[in-house]
Amino acid sequence: MLPASPRNGHRSDGPVILLEHIHKTYHAGEVEVHALRGVSLEVEAGDFVAIMGASGSGKSTLMNLLGCLDHPTKGTYRLNGLDVSGLTKDERADIRNRYVGFVFQGFNLLPRTSALENVEVPLLYSGVPRKERDRRASEVLAMLGLGDRLLSMPNQLSGGQQQRVAIARSLINRPAIVLADEPTGNLDSRTSIEVMEVFQRLNDEQRITMLLVTHEQDIAHYAKRIIVIKDGRIQSDSPMTARRDARKEFASLPPELEDEE
Amino acid sequence: MNPLVIIRIAFRALNKNKLRSTLTMLGIIIGVGAVIAMVSIGQGAQSTIQDQIASIGQNMLFIRPGSSNQGGMRFGAGSVSTLTADDVEAIRRECSAVRYASPGVRASVQVVFGNLNWSTSVQGVNQDLPEIRKWTVESGEFFTEVDIRTAARVVVLGKTVVLNLFPGTDPVGQVIRIRNLPFRVLGVMATRGQNQMGDDQDDTIIMPYTTAQRKLLSITHINFAMVSAVSPASTFTAEQQITELLRQRHRIKPNQEDDFTVRNLTDVADAAEETNSIMTRLLGSVAGVSLLVGGIGIMNIMLVSVTERTREIGIRMAVGARSGHIRLQFLTESVVLSLLGGLMGVGFGIGISIIISRLLGWPTLVSPASIAVSFLFSGTVGILFGYYPARKAAGLDPIEALRYE
Ligand SMILES: Nc1ncnc2c1ncn2[C@@H]1O[C@H](COP(=O)(O)OP(=O)(O)OP(=O)(O)O)[C@@H](O)[C@H]1O
Ligand SMILES: [Mg+2]
Repeated sequence: MLPASPRNGHRSDGPVILLEHIHKTYHAGEVEVHALRGVSLEVEAGDFVAIMGASGSGKSTLMNLLGCLDHPTKGTYRLNGLDVSGLTKDERADIRNRYVGFVFQGFNLLPRTSALENVEVPLLYSGVPRKERDRRASEVLAMLGLGDRLLSMPNQLSGGQQQRVAIARSLINRPAIVLADEPTGNLDSRTSIEVMEVFQRLNDEQRITMLLVTHEQDIAHYAKRIIVIKDGRIQSDSPMTARRDARKEFASLPPELEDEE
Repeated sequence: MNPLVIIRIAFRALNKNKLRSTLTMLGIIIGVGAVIAMVSIGQGAQSTIQDQIASIGQNMLFIRPGSSNQGGMRFGAGSVSTLTADDVEAIRRECSAVRYASPGVRASVQVVFGNLNWSTSVQGVNQDLPEIRKWTVESGEFFTEVDIRTAARVVVLGKTVVLNLFPGTDPVGQVIRIRNLPFRVLGVMATRGQNQMGDDQDDTIIMPYTTAQRKLLSITHINFAMVSAVSPASTFTAEQQITELLRQRHRIKPNQEDDFTVRNLTDVADAAEETNSIMTRLLGSVAGVSLLVGGIGIMNIMLVSVTERTREIGIRMAVGARSGHIRLQFLTESVVLSLLGGLMGVGFGIGISIIISRLLGWPTLVSPASIAVSFLFSGTVGILFGYYPARKAAGLDPIEALRYE
């Protein structure tokens, strides 16, 4: 099981994420696209943030910056108290490896590679020996209810199962934050609830800090806090009232054959 | 990152595309196979020549009448009659660097025994021949000085002649007929095989040179002489002493050319070896070109592979792979491809050279050096041609790579 917070290398004082006046400008030929225009944001450890907004408002751009896949044009970003806005490409790779977990809309698993090995990929780049890789990956997969599918290939798994493998991969290095960009975008409503149940459980039981981009109002209602972005700026930032509980909803769903196994 | 992990990832990636990997390796396999086979043929020929030189005797010298400029290789009996048995006797007596010397007379003859006959050549020599040519008598005995003085009608047979005239019987003591004259068989020489020209050295009859001169050819000169220096190191001294002595005996004025030619076997060997090493290099470079083509094949496939696996690269980068990791992964893949191809190519080349030596009867020699060199070369090909695709993979932007369809 993952240890409870404070997480590995995580300073328990201060916010996990601290954005100050972040700008991101893309140069598409002659045109300048101001994808983010001064975003400031604080996220405490154990928070669960839903990010919403119209298409092209800058949500994915923000997630890429938060995940150190990209660097801001202007402004500072402190992750875990560490200023990561001016890091080199390799340093950002190391930060992603240690502190960030990604969950994508399209799952992004390596094809023809078993669930176990997919989950182990981040550990390859942090030099964890094989035995420990296997042990940790099968633990996390078991925690997500895939203990009996360790050697299944992605094309042998349902969408919900594939996304759970991807979640397991995002958790394997005990990250400070997990970033999910439209994780339920490719899933039906039942499987979406299943995935949200996993996120809520991880957030509640292990205080994993979650940030989630979604277009769906009802998915956002599983979070604790909702941020709306418009034209590269934060339009609103409010705590979630009437939060949904995925576990209860899932239990009350009509019993149905869960997946085509 | 553990190198074993990288190698395992590379093997797995190649394993997922077995057919493509094999076809890609084919270029290297053929290239390395060709290098190994070609070089083995060249080196086989070279070592055969060296063996023959060693078996003939490195301290041996050939003398023939006529200058090296005039007439070139005129060996026929009677063409030039300036060399005599007395010259050879003088060489033997007076040149301190010479240990053995034998006159040589040649004739083509028909030999008859019972109802069998055989065309072969006669060599008229003296009793020193076995020493000079390092050629032993297998059964019976060689003729003596007395036989030479008396021009006795005695012969020693080469193995091929024995096989053709005496199938299944012992020739020693029998009498054969050459040009209607009876000759008694004294002995049989040991098997010698082919010389570097491909002639069967065992297809010969050896007799006293005096006998050949008087009974067969009616001449007083000789066709050539064979000399053995006291040691391989003294062949050059022997050559000088012989030249001086023969010029003096033939009364050649200082501004005149020699009327004889002394040849040293090491010269012959050197010339043969040089031709051979030129051939080896030529064959080797042809093979090297095919190795290059194999390398281009690897580069091509690696570039395709990088494009196909753009998303995989994006995923790996997102979860923490540095550019260096990605570069190493793809570089390892191409090196594994080329080294594996090299390994199979070595096997293929050895197989080819075995087949060549079986089917064509050419001597081949697969040297560890040629294996090591072509293995090294194929590894280098993998690095050189894998570097650009690997760099391309490592230079990808993770966000773009993740979005790639
Ligand atoms: N690499 C890029 N080069 C140029 N412009 C870009 C690039 N990436 C994003 N943009 C632009 O930046 C703006 C914000 O894009 P972003 O992907 O963050 O939007 P989004 O909120 O995630 O939209 P969606 O809901 O459709 O995913 C858009 O106008 C987009 O065209
Ligand atoms: Mg987006």
